[in-house]
Amino acid sequence: MSAQSEKLPRWVDYGLIPLLNLAAALLVSGLVVLLIGENPLEAVYWLVQGSLGYSEGIGFTLYYTTNFIFTGLAVAVAAHAGMFNIGGEGQAYVGGLGVTLACLALDHYVPWYVTFPFALIGAAVFGAAWAAIPAYLQAKRGSHIVITTIMFNFISYSLMAYLLVRVFKQPGSMQPESRTFLEGGRLPFIHDVAGWFGIEMASSPLNLSFVVALLACVFVWALIWRTRLGYAIRTFGTNQDAAVYAGMNLSRIIIITMMISGGLAGLMALNEVMGAQNRLLLDYVTGYGFVGIAVALMGRSHPVGIIMASILFGMLYQGGAELAFEMPKITRDMIISIQGLVILFAGAMEHMFRPALVRIFTSRHDDLGQEA
Amino acid sequence: MHLDEKTKAQGNDGTGAKSAGDGQSERVPAIRLVGIEKRFGPVYANKNIDLNVAKGSIHGIIGENGAGKSTLMSILYGFYQADDGEIYVNGKRETIPDSQKAIAIGIGMVHQHFMLVDNFSVLENVVLGVEGGSLLQKGVDKARAELKRLADEYELNIDPDALIQDLPVGLQQRVEILKALYRGADILILDEPTGVLTPAEADHLFRILGQLRDQGKTILLITHKLREIMAITDEVSVMRRGEMVGSVHTSETSVEQLAEMMVGRHVLLNVEKGPSNPTREVLSVENLTVTDKRGVDLVKDVSFKVCAGEIVGIAGVSGNGQSELMEAIAGMITARSGSITINGEVTTKADALDRRHRGMAHVPEDRHRTGLVTKFPAKENMILGYQDQKKYGEGLFLDLTAILKETQDFMVDFDVRPPDPHLKAANFSGGNQQKLVLAREMERDPDILLVGQPTRGVDIGAIEFIHKRLIEMRDAGKAILLVSVELDEIRSLSDRILVMFDGKIVGERPAGASEQELGLMMAGIDDPSEMGSDPMVSAELARDNTDEALVEMAKGGKE
Repeated sequence: MSAQSEKLPRWVDYGLIPLLNLAAALLVSGLVVLLIGENPLEAVYWLVQGSLGYSEGIGFTLYYTTNFIFTGLAVAVAAHAGMFNIGGEGQAYVGGLGVTLACLALDHYVPWYVTFPFALIGAAVFGAAWAAIPAYLQAKRGSHIVITTIMFNFISYSLMAYLLVRVFKQPGSMQPESRTFLEGGRLPFIHDVAGWFGIEMASSPLNLSFVVALLACVFVWALIWRTRLGYAIRTFGTNQDAAVYAGMNLSRIIIITMMISGGLAGLMALNEVMGAQNRLLLDYVTGYGFVGIAVALMGRSHPVGIIMASILFGMLYQGGAELAFEMPKITRDMIISIQGLVILFAGAMEHMFRPALVRIFTSRHDDLGQEA
Repeated sequence: MHLDEKTKAQGNDGTGAKSAGDGQSERVPAIRLVGIEKRFGPVYANKNIDLNVAKGSIHGIIGENGAGKSTLMSILYGFYQADDGEIYVNGKRETIPDSQKAIAIGIGMVHQHFMLVDNFSVLENVVLGVEGGSLLQKGVDKARAELKRLADEYELNIDPDALIQDLPVGLQQRVEILKALYRGADILILDEPTGVLTPAEADHLFRILGQLRDQGKTILLITHKLREIMAITDEVSVMRRGEMVGSVHTSETSVEQLAEMMVGRHVLLNVEKGPSNPTREVLSVENLTVTDKRGVDLVKDVSFKVCAGEIVGIAGVSGNGQSELMEAIAGMITARSGSITINGEVTTKADALDRRHRGMAHVPEDRHRTGLVTKFPAKENMILGYQDQKKYGEGLFLDLTAILKETQDFMVDFDVRPPDPHLKAANFSGGNQQKLVLAREMERDPDILLVGQPTRGVDIGAIEFIHKRLIEMRDAGKAILLVSVELDEIRSLSDRILVMFDGKIVGERPAGASEQELGLMMAGIDDPSEMGSDPMVSAELARDNTDEALVEMAKGGKE
């Protein structure tokens, strides 16, 4: 009955079900590949080989992973408070503004490690500020956060395009982009860092912000499960009446949670702007904010799950590009449809296999029900 | 296993039909259940249930919460499928895969929570699902005629064009009964029908049920109120922990015997308590008015005081402003005007957390909706409302070991079973969930405890325990404000009784006030003493008055 969601052992809930969902997605993708007359197994080979088979590929995979971790965490934090932040796209975009301002201001004068904390704070603050407005509207005016955050995505596109064209664009240049940062505004690449220690690595855009992403996971874990604020966020997200009963300030929770969420999304700009591109580009977010929703869904809003889901999507991005290159009949659009299938099975149809598994596990392990 | 069931079914079909033939129709029970079993995972909700319900009788089914009454009725009405066992309706073996089938074979159900569309009229609700074609008019006309016939036959008067939302609950329930009858129900199942009714409305319901029985309908009444069983049923079956303990003729049993059958041991039905010793004033409410979003006053100009060392009970039919009054005092909603003073300090503007700091604790009416986060483990529920306390950790972080330790202590002290702090609140039984909430609030040693429906959905054994703890707290010099829709509970616990009706406190009575007197006040009849000197006559008079008043209200709602 109502306890049905409690009945499965943890490894089934967090391991087997996501794997089954993924397998189902790949199976359907395989059928599509068959339909266009290609060998699905070969496609899988290139997908894995391209993303994990060689040092440069791994670097690219983890570089994409970094973006997904940030946007996934952003969605997850909001989800714990029962809110659906689909504005990660805009928050990450505006976060880039903070990074750019810090880098442009400092890169002439100081080395990267002095610029870095300012860029980090800039990314977080600008992302948080962009989320704070919808949060305020939700908390004080009751405007639905889903509507307002998606609106703010569009506003961010216009705002950033305006700034890039009117403010950041270099005189005489046709490109709507800021000037390229000097050494003092560039995060070191991981292959450079490895080089300092004498380790040879193929060059890739993977940079130090990957470490920031992992630290952000620890931060989110501690925030949600170890702090008072996290307790309030989860209470609010699970049972709003109980939060009122406990005397929690709901408006405050909404605004603070959304600002943390927006800040995390904003940090994605570290990877793109300060790490990989070293300049502010038009539309550099390109959907990472939206894929973050799928990442958070698949990772069950838990940092560990988010890391794994992020790696998966990193593989799909990197391996997919490789696949499109190696098997020309599988176009870029097909890769996107495979990603779509993964999102469909992992997110929207998350519970498809659940009833069957519940039946299997409750009939075979009668004692499990009591333990769970 | 599935095959087995089928062959068994075929085998029994023959015998079932034969026995129906032998029985010469009159003796055939309306419902016969043989060996019904239903499991949810490893837990038996129903275990080997046999039940015979005689045609044209009122049959009561009692049992504690979780005894399996509702599951059994759900099987009968097609919500669940039995894992094993046979159902015979009027001697014929039936399988009931869904409620359509149940309706088709003449079983109707009146749910505890009404299944009505609020902004539809009575008529529209009655025809819902049996419109009889794609155009409404024909079905509606037929229903109107049928409703009139039913009204004449069973004293089920109701304005067919009144909107449900304008009707008082007693009449809404009548609509549910009409819906079942309109669908041709011969067997009527009523699930806890009196939970939302005043004593007068309940009496009227029982009169209707009596008439239905006299017309040959069979009625199954599920309740946990022993008094109702004694008042209305012909036979009663007792369930305990998913099993049928026994069936007895109501005339040959007693309340005490039934209670013992339900719980499996002797139970103290009445709380023993000494006289109260009220001292200083702890809570004072003055001219409190609470308004909802639409601007309707739910609590109207309410004033009262609660002193240390006494239990003040607020009686009333649910929905007369008690819930809002409690929430306003607890700081969950803001009052429009008036003041609330706790321990001599005005706290009208303070939030719930602030009020707890001033010595208030609150056991909310609805533990699922408000009192617990059912998806959280017990230990996390143990700090709900006290999450800011220093002992649960300095600064930003929570001290998980301290929380765990305290939860374990509280669970032992309140005998919460199982005493596992990691178990999710949802996985405790109703009584143990309530004990979790009570433990959290009472262990804080508050000056004033607000308690809403402390024993709703709690089994008799736990009720005894909870009542004892409340009395102990009173004797320790704490102030307690109790809200309950169970009049018995109010009467046995309170030192003073306030009666609420339509958002107002209509009077105060001492602990010894009669049920009749309180019942009339709950129905909004201000001073029963004016009705005549003979209490029986006055009660009878008042009953008729309230019925008329209800009908009036129903008609008024049309405009």
